[in-house]
Amino acid sequence: MRDVAIVAFAQSAHRRRTDELSEVDLLMPVLHEVLGATGLKANEIGFTCSGSADYLAGRAFSFTMALDGVGAHPPISESHVEMDGAWALYEAWVKIMTGEADTALVYSYGKSSPGRVRDVLTRQLDPYYLAPLWPDSVALAALQAQALIDAGDTDEAALAEIAARNRTAAVDNPYAQLTGDVPSGDHLVHPLRTGDCPPIGDGAAAVILAAGDTARALCERPAWIRGIDHRIEAHGLGVRDLTDSPSARLAAQHAGAFERPVDTAELHAPFTSQEVVLRKALGLGDDVRVNPSGGALAANPIMAAGLIRLGEAAARIHRGASDRALAHATSGPCLQQNLVAVLEGESAHA
Amino acid sequence: MTDVLSAPLVVEFPFTRSLGPVQSAFLTGLRERTVLGVRTEDGTVLVPPVEYDPVTANEIRDLVEVAPTGTVTTWAWNPSPRRDQPLDTPFAWVLVRLDGAGTALLHALDAPGPDAVHTGMRVRIRWAATRTGAITDIACFEPYEGEPGNSEPAPHTGEFADPVTGIVAPARLDYVHTPGRAQSAYLAALEGHRTVGERCPACRKVYVPPRGACPTCGVATAEQVEVGPRGTVTTFCIVNIKAKNLDIEVPYVYAHIALDGADLALHGRIAGIPYDQVRMGLRVEPVWAEGTRHPDHYRPTGEPDADYDTYKELV
Ligand SMILES: [Zn+2]
Repeated sequence: MRDVAIVAFAQSAHRRRTDELSEVDLLMPVLHEVLGATGLKANEIGFTCSGSADYLAGRAFSFTMALDGVGAHPPISESHVEMDGAWALYEAWVKIMTGEADTALVYSYGKSSPGRVRDVLTRQLDPYYLAPLWPDSVALAALQAQALIDAGDTDEAALAEIAARNRTAAVDNPYAQLTGDVPSGDHLVHPLRTGDCPPIGDGAAAVILAAGDTARALCERPAWIRGIDHRIEAHGLGVRDLTDSPSARLAAQHAGAFERPVDTAELHAPFTSQEVVLRKALGLGDDVRVNPSGGALAANPIMAAGLIRLGEAAARIHRGASDRALAHATSGPCLQQNLVAVLEGESAHA
Repeated sequence: MTDVLSAPLVVEFPFTRSLGPVQSAFLTGLRERTVLGVRTEDGTVLVPPVEYDPVTANEIRDLVEVAPTGTVTTWAWNPSPRRDQPLDTPFAWVLVRLDGAGTALLHALDAPGPDAVHTGMRVRIRWAATRTGAITDIACFEPYEGEPGNSEPAPHTGEFADPVTGIVAPARLDYVHTPGRAQSAYLAALEGHRTVGERCPACRKVYVPPRGACPTCGVATAEQVEVGPRGTVTTFCIVNIKAKNLDIEVPYVYAHIALDGADLALHGRIAGIPYDQVRMGLRVEPVWAEGTRHPDHYRPTGEPDADYDTYKELV
């Protein structure tokens, strides 16, 4: 087995609208920053993988346009997933583990501002029984939140505290979109209030992966990926126990998350109620620092927010603020699919 | 800096999907006001039913009929219905476990307000007046105080006259498209019948239309360069099939045209010359139509053909 690490991370400032920026305009500074941090040039990268969704901005093949920002000529080894960039990172990790590459550039971006993201996300649902009803993303999260309240796992006050804790932490995050004292607001879809929901916005992120000594040469304290796995649950919402996340737990188990405690967790929980589910499924106690970045409640560029969790966790290891961190990304309605990675700094491993 | 343009963009398409035998029986059943479920290998009755066991992934075909009454397992009050949702007045989203079913179905519940809804409440199906074999044949659920349905589901063959074998699912998404800085500047210049590309600061190539970045160097392009108006046909094809909604007589020629000063060919229609006389190297110029941002077509300038070496890099 090869040792693979995240050696650099960059993200854009996440904003409600970026009308003046095309996707490539949004992405390019982030690519330059992450390459600059390692001193690598695009043509020195072994594999490039991106994650995005054309439906967000309604532009077919927008990812091919975004590739202009990489400098992909002469042709590079490249791939794309119509998913959050966390899954692009997974593909890149596999590529490096097979020995086909020593370094990888992973990036993702989401421009939600041109469309109505609550409606857009209905198009990812089961086309026979769900999509014709247009149940929007907030409605589905609210059904999960009510199930948690009925089960006695949380209440509206506890959810408001989760929102406040995340957005207070985000005050120190210069890239965050929604920070500080944000009112709970009215019910958007009961029991979720506007404060329980993520901001809608545009943003981009990128990381560089490297193997073994290459990672050590590129980064003073690489964030070694000790394990990474992703699992999915049935697509029928009524088949699942919405108060639990067996797929997140299984992914964490396969990633080795339960072998030793983590000090930090970056959870991709766009809705406050989803943090409740994930803390329970992942067995995170009060001694774990959850979402020091502010998480997806502070900035939720769709298709990038999961990759940002991996990047934020890695960046804390890079600067010595964490020794062992769990990073999580989700996809689909009500935490249907979950990816968990365990990252470590070198001293913790010794 | 040029003002950023924006325009409404509607993406609309009907998805035509075929149904498996279980989905076909379920949706045909809804048309006939009959709700079917399927038994999984562990005996759970799934409603709505699926073709494959969610746990073992084996094919499942054991159909049963369940009641049109059931119990709310979770709910969410929607004060502002969105376009295409089941009701246009405030309603509750509900997961309902129908009597006899082991799993819950997502739909809308027509209720006067959130205070009238709770987990565990009893509801029944309100059927749509017109039913076609779709999940929307259930108009919504409504509160129900009557007797519960039989909790023991009855076996069902799944056979109906004239079964539904497919669905057409229309989808419409509305956007406000903003092309960004580079394309906005390009489109603004076209309004004055000028074609303005952007030069890469690294390799010096001029891209038309500009996309904001040099795909070779991966850096932003910013220096604006007016190109054309004349150009050279680098390659072409002859179109023999009339396109829908396009009022152009066939055959006609569609060509890649390298405008003078550009390092990337754009494409356009060639006219003013018989289609079988168009050739690589032909020198052309744009013909603008009233009230449009783009040249209607390109026509020969009458200059001698360009030497192949002058455009071979752009073919
Ligand atoms: Zn260039």
